Amino acid sequence: MELTGAQALIRSLEMQEVEVMFGLPGGAILPVYDPIIDSSIRHILVRHEQGAGHMAEGYAQATGRPGVAMVTSGPGATNVVTPLADAYMDSIPLVVVSGQVPTSAIGTDAFQESDITGITMGITKHNWLVTDGADIPRVVAEAFTVATSGRPGPVLVDVPKDVAQRPMEWYWPEPDDLDLPGYRPMTDGDPALVRQAAELILAAEKPVIYAGGGILKARAWDGLCELAERTGIPVVTTLMGRGCFPDSHPLCLGMPGMHGNYTAVTSMQRSDLLVALGSRFDDRVTGRIADFAPEAKIVHVDVDPAELNKVRRADVGIAGDCRLVIDELLAALDALGLPHSDATRGGRGGAPSDAVAGAPATTGSLAAHHPRERLIPWRAQLTEWQRTYPLVYDQPPGAGALKPQFVLETLRDATSEDTIVVAGVGQHQMFASQWWQFDHPRTWINSGGLGTMGFAVPASIGAKVGRPDRTVWAVDGDGCFQMTAQELVTASSERIPVKIAILNNAYLGMVRQWQEMFYGERYSEVYLSPDLPDYVGWAEAMGCVGIRVESTEEVAPAIDKANDIDDRPVVVDFRVDAFEKVFPMVPAGASNDEIVVDPTQREEARP
Amino acid sequence: MTVYGADKRHHTLTVVVENKSGVLARVAGLFSRRGYNIYSLAVAPTDDERFSRITIVVDVESSPLEQIIHQLDKLVPVVSITELDPARSRERELLLATVEAGPETRGKVIELVGVFEGKIVDVGMDRLTVMLAGAPSKVDDFEDLIRGYGIVEMQRTGRVALPMLDRPGRTPHLRGLRGARTGKAG
Repeated sequence: MELTGAQALIRSLEMQEVEVMFGLPGGAILPVYDPIIDSSIRHILVRHEQGAGHMAEGYAQATGRPGVAMVTSGPGATNVVTPLADAYMDSIPLVVVSGQVPTSAIGTDAFQESDITGITMGITKHNWLVTDGADIPRVVAEAFTVATSGRPGPVLVDVPKDVAQRPMEWYWPEPDDLDLPGYRPMTDGDPALVRQAAELILAAEKPVIYAGGGILKARAWDGLCELAERTGIPVVTTLMGRGCFPDSHPLCLGMPGMHGNYTAVTSMQRSDLLVALGSRFDDRVTGRIADFAPEAKIVHVDVDPAELNKVRRADVGIAGDCRLVIDELLAALDALGLPHSDATRGGRGGAPSDAVAGAPATTGSLAAHHPRERLIPWRAQLTEWQRTYPLVYDQPPGAGALKPQFVLETLRDATSEDTIVVAGVGQHQMFASQWWQFDHPRTWINSGGLGTMGFAVPASIGAKVGRPDRTVWAVDGDGCFQMTAQELVTASSERIPVKIAILNNAYLGMVRQWQEMFYGERYSEVYLSPDLPDYVGWAEAMGCVGIRVESTEEVAPAIDKANDIDDRPVVVDFRVDAFEKVFPMVPAGASNDEIVVDPTQREEARP
Repeated sequence: MTVYGADKRHHTLTVVVENKSGVLARVAGLFSRRGYNIYSLAVAPTDDERFSRITIVVDVESSPLEQIIHQLDKLVPVVSITELDPARSRERELLLATVEAGPETRGKVIELVGVFEGKIVDVGMDRLTVMLAGAPSKVDDFEDLIRGYGIVEMQRTGRVALPMLDRPGRTPHLRGLRGARTGKAG
């Protein structure tokens, strides 16, 4: 069967069971847009290519399937560079198809030409320039294989216009036809190392499981839950891992890191064993690396061998898929005689459930929950820290300034627990991660590694497209919102009813916080204005419902109203206190021991 | 000048890559963006036309060798990486140099080339172009000695290397063949 390259490309995407893609056409990609009319694939027309990339990321994070974006050459392709870099940092499977000028024009500085494979070499897992239409099905199959296997990540396929226009003989490659001689993703872990890890786990007296985004990528949440419950080891969940272990679980210590809670941060600092599962010792977690968890032995499991020993030397480094290695670890613990407890949940070894790991079977204090005797003093210490240093804020009643944490608590309590929360980058992101209760995997989507402001609006749209059955709330800052808000036009016209909570403090709040704390309150270029733009008017102009909230009494009714709207996007402009800061905070470059808690919890504030 | 034959900071990696366009840029780009230093680099097709061999001498003071190898291995077109221990491999490098060789010094230059078993590949009125292929330390020595006569132009290829062959009494030559068990993830 003869097809054009363009038809073959769309057909190949269909073969990969792509149900939706996000994009915007232009000159070089025009031939590929023609067969889209006849395709089963839903195409969502964005207003800016960056939106297409972030939507694809949100889709991928919410569903676990690869996100697909399509853009034209030149500026279309360069506009998707930020999402590619973002997806590379957060290991999000993304397939971006870009148009390219005709092969005869490549290298001539033709209209809308850019060397996008060169530009994206360092921010994609791999990329391809297709120079022969006959390669299209094979390259698409390779692209999806590379994007989704091993450590997932973004890939880019650059298709010159003439390659899309010329005919080719259609085929679909068998797995053996893929030309990836150097690509061998890791699967299971080395049994000898797994046994060493199990021995360290049983010997530890102050252990902590340090669970990251890799748990979600590997769909290892059931295994993680069983591992924690059987060993009684408490779990911290990183910014990228939030939701991989239920916050409501007595063994959950919450988020560590620069704005992590005191117990999560300090438990790692004082631990004698860190079991790092799908986490990468990011600088925002470790603080000053020389002072990080000085007494801890390290068991590190990661599917990417390059992560082992990159930042912190592991005592036992296991290259492998987290789900498989955790299962091996559980078997090794069996072999070493660790008893099963009543609290142990089944499910190990089977297919991962896409539902949840669910609420814990038992509740109670950390120390009481399934105590292995060896861990009792440690867990008592953790409980003590939790009592002394809970997350706090002070919402004055009445007409005082509205606190962002109060808005988030009210929002959390007024929405179902499987709501997907999407954040941008900054104070609002940290408040959301701190104050939400994540009890289900894939309910928290944010830009972690790259820290991309403007991520939330498009990513929430992608998440809602992937999970139309779920409520999707974007928690955004006013600075972030202004970067990509135009995608709400996309959401309105495509009837994608996302809900956006702008925590509008009229500042680039996180920068303002640093200037207040570390630059002597010299505020440089951080003020944005609460009224310009008029967020309600802007929302309405984009086909959304706009609601403004200025006082505590208005918060709950506004959220209820927003939750009731299901036929269009809603934007709620919460006017929050500009001076609220995120605590705790480990200053940049400082040791985690120098954690700064809320002013009310500091020594001088204690009676 | 820097003598790099005996220097412990340098390690030789033989990287077999797919013979496709842009692969060298990927390897070089990886080194620059991760802050690793390349000391020398030589690329040529292998006997199998699907693959090329890149011989890279890396400056391991800039980053742990293990990290460089793992990051290299993540590049999709990289098929295998072999770390060659200089003590257990045969390394060679080619030097071409045009040297001042007037009437008084011409004989001495020719004699030096003879001692090193090099070749004279071009002859001018008062200059000679000489060639030497050999172990990097020998090439270093040669370069030092001809420098005294005045080097007009010089080019070195960077090293290429193959492991020493196994035979009774020799310890195995490879410190680690990456790619077989370690695999790659992304």
